[in-house]
Amino acid sequence: MDNVLEVKNLTMNFGGIKALDRVSLEIKKNQIVALIGPNGAGKTTLFNCLTGIYTPNAGDIMVQPPQGKARRINGMKINHITELGLARTFQNIRLFGGMTVLENVMIGRHCRTRAGIAGAIFRPNSTRTEENDIVDQSYSILEYIGLTMYVNDLARNLPYGAQRRLEIARALACDPQILLLDEPAAGMNPQETGELEQLIVRLWRERHLSVLLIEHDMKLVMNLAQNIFVLDYGEEIARGTPQEITQNPAVIKAYLGVETNAEIN
Amino acid sequence: MNYFWDLFLGGITRGSIYALIALGYTMVYGILELINFAHGEIYMIGAFTALIVASVLTMHGLTGVAVLILATIVAVFYAAAYGFSVEKIAYKPLRQAPRLSPLISAIGMSIFLQNYVLLAQTSDFLPFPNLLQDVLLPEAISGWIAPSEFIIIFTAAVLMIGLTLILKFTKMGKAMRAVAQDREMAMLLGINVNRIISRTFIIGSALAAIGGVLIASHVGRINFYIGFGAGIKAFTAAVLGGIGSIPGAMLGGLVLGLTESFATGYISSDYENVFAFALLILILIFKPEGILGRSSQQKV
Amino acid sequence: MKLAEEFKKSFFVALWFMLLTFPIMVVQVNTIENVVIWRWHNIILSGLGSFLLSFCWQLFLRRKGHSTPAAQASASRLQHLMAEPRLYRPALIILALFALIFPFVFSHYQVNIMTTALIYVMLGLGLNIEVGLAGLLDLGYVAFYAVGAYSYALLNYHFGLGFWTALPVGALLAAFSGILVGFPVLRLRGDYLAIVTLAFAEIIRLVLENWNAFSFGPSGISNIPRPGFFGMALTPEQSAIYMYFLLIVLCLLTIFVIRRLQYSRIGRAWVALREDELACQAMGIDKTKAKLTAFALGATWAGMAGVLFAAKTTFINPASFTFLESAMILAIVVLGGMGSIPGVIIAALALILLPEYLRVFSDYRMILFGAALIMMMIFRPQGILADMRKKYEFHKMKDSRIN
Ligand SMILES: Nc1ncnc2c1ncn2[C@@H]1O[C@H](COP(=O)(O)OP(=O)(O)OP(=O)(O)O)[C@@H](O)[C@H]1O
Ligand SMILES: [Mg+2]
Repeated sequence: MDNVLEVKNLTMNFGGIKALDRVSLEIKKNQIVALIGPNGAGKTTLFNCLTGIYTPNAGDIMVQPPQGKARRINGMKINHITELGLARTFQNIRLFGGMTVLENVMIGRHCRTRAGIAGAIFRPNSTRTEENDIVDQSYSILEYIGLTMYVNDLARNLPYGAQRRLEIARALACDPQILLLDEPAAGMNPQETGELEQLIVRLWRERHLSVLLIEHDMKLVMNLAQNIFVLDYGEEIARGTPQEITQNPAVIKAYLGVETNAEIN
Repeated sequence: MNYFWDLFLGGITRGSIYALIALGYTMVYGILELINFAHGEIYMIGAFTALIVASVLTMHGLTGVAVLILATIVAVFYAAAYGFSVEKIAYKPLRQAPRLSPLISAIGMSIFLQNYVLLAQTSDFLPFPNLLQDVLLPEAISGWIAPSEFIIIFTAAVLMIGLTLILKFTKMGKAMRAVAQDREMAMLLGINVNRIISRTFIIGSALAAIGGVLIASHVGRINFYIGFGAGIKAFTAAVLGGIGSIPGAMLGGLVLGLTESFATGYISSDYENVFAFALLILILIFKPEGILGRSSQQKV
Repeated sequence: MKLAEEFKKSFFVALWFMLLTFPIMVVQVNTIENVVIWRWHNIILSGLGSFLLSFCWQLFLRRKGHSTPAAQASASRLQHLMAEPRLYRPALIILALFALIFPFVFSHYQVNIMTTALIYVMLGLGLNIEVGLAGLLDLGYVAFYAVGAYSYALLNYHFGLGFWTALPVGALLAAFSGILVGFPVLRLRGDYLAIVTLAFAEIIRLVLENWNAFSFGPSGISNIPRPGFFGMALTPEQSAIYMYFLLIVLCLLTIFVIRRLQYSRIGRAWVALREDELACQAMGIDKTKAKLTAFALGATWAGMAGVLFAAKTTFINPASFTFLESAMILAIVVLGGMGSIPGVIIAALALILLPEYLRVFSDYRMILFGAALIMMMIFRPQGILADMRKKYEFHKMKDSRIN
């Protein structure tokens, strides 16, 4: 399978509400894909299904890990999915507020390291090296993202934009092959959004990541995405390249009256 | 068969009391998502106030149903006042705090109130006058059920029906349900959320106080520690029925009361509390949403 | 202007509290002689007390409302001072010297009290793993303490097991029961977990109380031997001193282990779990495993403390393992500062020693605990000494420091 992620006919109900209705989606290796749609369309719900937070009612989610064969991840535990290479950020920032910025990133290394209780207490050489590596790698991620000035600050004391970037840094520390970003530019000013755009391009170009991006900022979406999926009321109403999407009548209709309408045209 | 019938009535009687206290837990949990650990203490304070009022009145020569009614009214007023104050002191400042903070504060409040009564009154068991005895019942009823049991079951039923009607039809009841469903949205719609929360505490506390007076005169003795056991059991009842659900609390109370009554009657009375606690654990492990509760996905 | 307003408000609060406390505090019924005692002085006390309290309350609330980063900095100034090696090194040395000569300077009685306090230091540090680090509110911690104590008492009674064998066995049994309890309940949300642990502890206590054939019921088990010292017979005084040093050593061991855990891969996972359970899982941490290890490790320490308690008092019964005991240990952790080792130590010593030396405290101990829990949550949720996160230094990238 040359897709790293394949979603087929995914359905998710909450009580009577169909938050997702037979949604299908594919992401190729090293591709930036955007997921757009009006508020309440089911975008975050899709992310929650992909990352194991919700168990979908029907459909398949297949992940192709770097080695081995494709895995169906429906119903898998959240942390196992992360180990398979899906890492995400949250729309409403969920950092570990009482931990420092560096520690937040170090948490991301957890699933790629081994030391247990005995290691922690007796601290043999192997644990010592591992711990040093965690610190070094986390620090270099912070350098990459440009957050080193905050290394030892508590995450909750960071400015808003920095918190959003720290969420990305933390996700990167999990060594993902697919990065899921839920409205990373929300609340950012144009300059910060510009920097974010460059960051995502770098991740794509230098780290060869696949990115699935939920975003309401259409300029950002159009600049970044190679492929776009549009959801409305839990259903996929369109898919295609940015050019195709801007000219799609169904999309324009779905967005009619929404201010982003202007940006699409 | 007679033994069975006695156990059954005993179970329903206990269960009605548990249900009355459980309503307070369930209403508060529905609105604040907080286990009001001090709720059992409110019930205890209600019983103590009733004891004090009843004793003073009896010593001044009053007798009969008048004592029962006056003692209940004062107890209800005081329990409601304590419930109201507890919320203002220990929970209101913690609305925005992490989840465990109000719970710890509630535990602190529970310990505080217990020891407040212990220090101001006594650690001994006090005999509680059987106020329910003075109520005369027609023979058709008193033939098959003890008067105090009948009064407890009857009062509890009336109160629960009343509460259900209030929640269903009054403006306040509707506002309460709105706040329980979505606090932010209710606030946006112009509902005074703080006032609704206060009222919830007042109603819950008043019901607990009535439960306190009824059970204290049925059992015949109280001390400062009765709130702890009753509190956990009523909480068990609330969880059993589905926390947040009013009919659930009633059902849970009855199920718990019957379980306890039959288990102590047929198995062993030494382990009375063990049965209740074991039931709580089993429910939380196997059906944490309770009998009538709905399971919901945490929104992310 | 503001002051007058607060004055007025406090006045009404005082009136309200005078009304509120009237029946319980003023009227006392003597049901045996059938007389009522009216204690009118109490209502004045209640009024004055609530007036003052309300005034301070508003003052603190206002302070808390105003201060965000600036006050936080000043609050942690004390901690920066404590982190200064030139200050804390000599302080530690003096403390160590004091601990060393303590049993030889003070009486047998004082040494015993200090030993009890040290047992609570262990309990506090153990519960701190669960509550402070991992954020698992365990209201039944005393159950594991009971498991340790009864393990030693019963194994000794039936099989003549000595203290030194019982110590690891008690710890293991407690850890095992921690896993046993933890496995089903750790899926539950935080507040449900609190209630379930409380229920478990009550079940264990009730079983100990009623299952006479197993635990000798309420009368408990006596004549539990004190720890031997290389087979030598010790007088009670010598034995007390021996226990004291044993506890000093074990407390040091506890501190060492917890310090190492706190800043390890596992310890960080616990803190992350406390901060945000869902994000923690999304970062690839196995929630169940992290919770279970925290629970089991916390229980291990309670088990050890239980064995020590049985050995120190030579007598145990279920009355030592009530919910109030759990509440007291929780108060130690909350007052000390969740996750903070020095905070928990100070709180344990203060909460155990103060009531011994100040009569006022011993009468009002529990009511003060209750009040303290509420006030701490409202005014200083981080505790007396907040948990300070470790700072990493980077000169150049590669030159990171880990001690
Ligand atoms: N846990 C849940 N329980 C019940 N309903 C839910 C839950 N999570 C989401 N929903 C509903 O599913 C629908 C889709 O919500 P979702 O958060 O996925 O939208 P979205 O596309 O991310 O919107 P936005 O752009 O506002 O973030 C909404 O109607 C929402 O109310
Ligand atoms: Mg969303």
